[in-house]
Amino acid sequence: MMSDLVAQGANLEPLTWTLPHAVAGTMVLSLNAYVLLAGADFGGGVWDMFAVGREREEQRAIIEDAIGPIWEANHVWLILVVVLLFTCFPRAFAHLATELHVPITLLLVGIVLRGSAFTFRKYDSHRDAVQLRWGRIFSIASFVTPMLLGLCLGTVASGRVGFGRNRANLTFGERFVEPWLTSPFGWAVALLTLSLFAFLAATYLTVEAEHSSLSRDFRRRALQSQFGFLAAVGVTMWMAQASAPTLHAGLTSGVLAVLMLSATGAAIVVAVFSLATERYRMARFAAAAQATFVLWGWAWSQFPFLIPPDGRIDALAASPAMLKLNLITLAIGTVILLPGFAYLFWIFKRKDVISSPEREQ
Amino acid sequence: MNDLLFARSQMAMSLGFHIIFAVIGIGMPALMVIAEWRWLRTGNAVLLDLARRWSRGTSIMFAVGAVSGTVLSFELGLLWPGFMEYAGGIIGMPFSLEGLAFFTEAIFLGIYLFAWDRISPRAHLFAGILVAVSGALSGAFVVCANAWMNGPAGFSVIDGVVTDVQPMVAMFNPAAGVEVVHMTFAAFAATGFAVAGVHAFALLKRTSNKEFHRAALQIALVVGVPAAMLQPISGDWSARVVGRLQPVKLAAMEGHMRTGPAALVIGGWPDTDQLEMRGAIEIPGAISLLMKGDRSASIPGLDAVSPDDRPPVPIVHIAFQTMVACGIVLSLIGIWTIVRALLRRRGRGKPLPDDRWFLRAIITAAPLGFVAIEAGWTVTEVGRQPWIIQGFMRTADAVTPMPGLWISFALFTALYIGLAIAVIFLLRRQIARTVVT
Repeated sequence: MMSDLVAQGANLEPLTWTLPHAVAGTMVLSLNAYVLLAGADFGGGVWDMFAVGREREEQRAIIEDAIGPIWEANHVWLILVVVLLFTCFPRAFAHLATELHVPITLLLVGIVLRGSAFTFRKYDSHRDAVQLRWGRIFSIASFVTPMLLGLCLGTVASGRVGFGRNRANLTFGERFVEPWLTSPFGWAVALLTLSLFAFLAATYLTVEAEHSSLSRDFRRRALQSQFGFLAAVGVTMWMAQASAPTLHAGLTSGVLAVLMLSATGAAIVVAVFSLATERYRMARFAAAAQATFVLWGWAWSQFPFLIPPDGRIDALAASPAMLKLNLITLAIGTVILLPGFAYLFWIFKRKDVISSPEREQ
Repeated sequence: MNDLLFARSQMAMSLGFHIIFAVIGIGMPALMVIAEWRWLRTGNAVLLDLARRWSRGTSIMFAVGAVSGTVLSFELGLLWPGFMEYAGGIIGMPFSLEGLAFFTEAIFLGIYLFAWDRISPRAHLFAGILVAVSGALSGAFVVCANAWMNGPAGFSVIDGVVTDVQPMVAMFNPAAGVEVVHMTFAAFAATGFAVAGVHAFALLKRTSNKEFHRAALQIALVVGVPAAMLQPISGDWSARVVGRLQPVKLAAMEGHMRTGPAALVIGGWPDTDQLEMRGAIEIPGAISLLMKGDRSASIPGLDAVSPDDRPPVPIVHIAFQTMVACGIVLSLIGIWTIVRALLRRRGRGKPLPDDRWFLRAIITAAPLGFVAIEAGWTVTEVGRQPWIIQGFMRTADAVTPMPGLWISFALFTALYIGLAIAVIFLLRRQIARTVVT
């Protein structure tokens, strides 16, 4: 009990909000958008891989239509996170890009293959073996990339790549491979990310499916991946106790943590209930809420550190002039871009349009 | 090779690969928008067909450009963490603005490519205009960041610590204006001539769809020719700025070995040990005249700095000459284009599809804009060596401490070769189809 209070105190002490915290919050917001939008695009690729049964081609077609016009715009949210990281927290970016060089490189290969193979497949009108190969690359890359993203974030959260240790004397394996490869917590987060993305995609697709039997196909997948997600959450929390104690404490103690946990739990229950009763729009909403709560729960548990256990957000920030200008630019950009984004989704995600998708030649 | 050289090679390859797609992403929207706008004005269905076919080809170029650009934004840290730690907080503004421009581009590109039948033609054309403008802007922002490495500004260094950061001063650094103008013209010239080449080829092969390819060739030339003809002016401006900010780079470009009046050196091989040019045609005093308006004006040569501070002269000199040669050919063809258009107005000469020598010239010139761009970037980047930030940080001090970079280099080489083969394969399929139909 006492230790809980201490942990809580440690968490509350730096609650003096500063410019760096505002930027870090903006980054989480951007990552949130990435998870909800691009996450579902990756999940779509996962379900492309597992498309089975009589309606296999129909499933693939609806996935392709759902991703086609919007994946590039959705992908930009990640670019925004990276750009904010290297302009506002250049030391953190340099440090992470060095210590996590290997998994980030693999992540990049995944991003490149997913995006290009998807476009090649969609573009190539010849229905032949070549096109099947694009499809295969697209779905494998969609499966692997979210895991690598989760692995990187999980490794950071576990505190294995902090600034404290002198790394110059370590061997190549000790410094550049072991921290992420042998991080059980990191791999648990990798599975959690994958199942969450798959769940988001399947749930969104229940709404976008053209008829009820296709909706039911995706409902089944949504429920399956939701149970996978819950299992991954269990494993992650269990791992956190040993691998990332600060994170575990942040997730489980304190009023806000309890609120966050209950909100996440509520969203999970609502999502499962509305899927079970075929209330797909409500399920979509609950799924998005669930992913959002999970993400902010992680961010909150890491607060005030950007790179646990010792890289504090405020200590890693660039000059206030840069932070201020960035926030102003983003604010102006948001005012201009949000209507554009809304317009994009309005055009392609309206139900009446979805029910009669015309194929590009 | 050592790790530094592998890091540099990987960065060079990534940039050299990405820039082709980035340039097409800047140039193609302009072409598509012009075709669509003319369709709206004239009602000629051929122009609509043209805009749609161009947009199909552009969609894969955009996708490859977007993902290879993502690779670059990460590679800044993966390969050059020392640089990013130093520079990220100074030159961040253009990167953030580029992010927003790219966002606009991606949103409206999705609309442009997929919403042909879902929104009104005017709204569709407007989306295309936004893609064209934001594409050009995002290129301009990235070039501003590069310009800062050549003409660093907007910060002070006190006892080795960066202070007094002024992000806007850094963004509008002394090299930014000219680099942006030079690169933007280059993008329109290269795309215009490359597209013109494809359609000239179809016309030369006596395609049955003459009207289609003729309209395409005209629009491509309307974009490519003015840009190619303005480029020598921006090139002259660029040389002056380089001479002011990076005299050693200029000396390497021109093969100007020893301080004194500078000759215009054509061809030749620089002997960097003896500091002499071998086998070159030289016009004495011509560079001094161009730079200072005086044939005997002294221009700093390579000997102005110690050998440790000199870039690899042969690469820079040959790349520079290649770029200039391509630029001259393109502007000459530009003059030819204008002369023949004026003659046609007076009813003289052959119509475009039958002017076979002109078509052959256009086909030959098709790759030159891209050759010039690759060569020009070689000049910019290799000419700055050994510095990553001119005068402030050496490339060797910026590279990642991670060993074994040859693996990463090999991986990305394989990836880019694979992507290049795929893109060529897909475009050949489409072009083959367009030539026939």
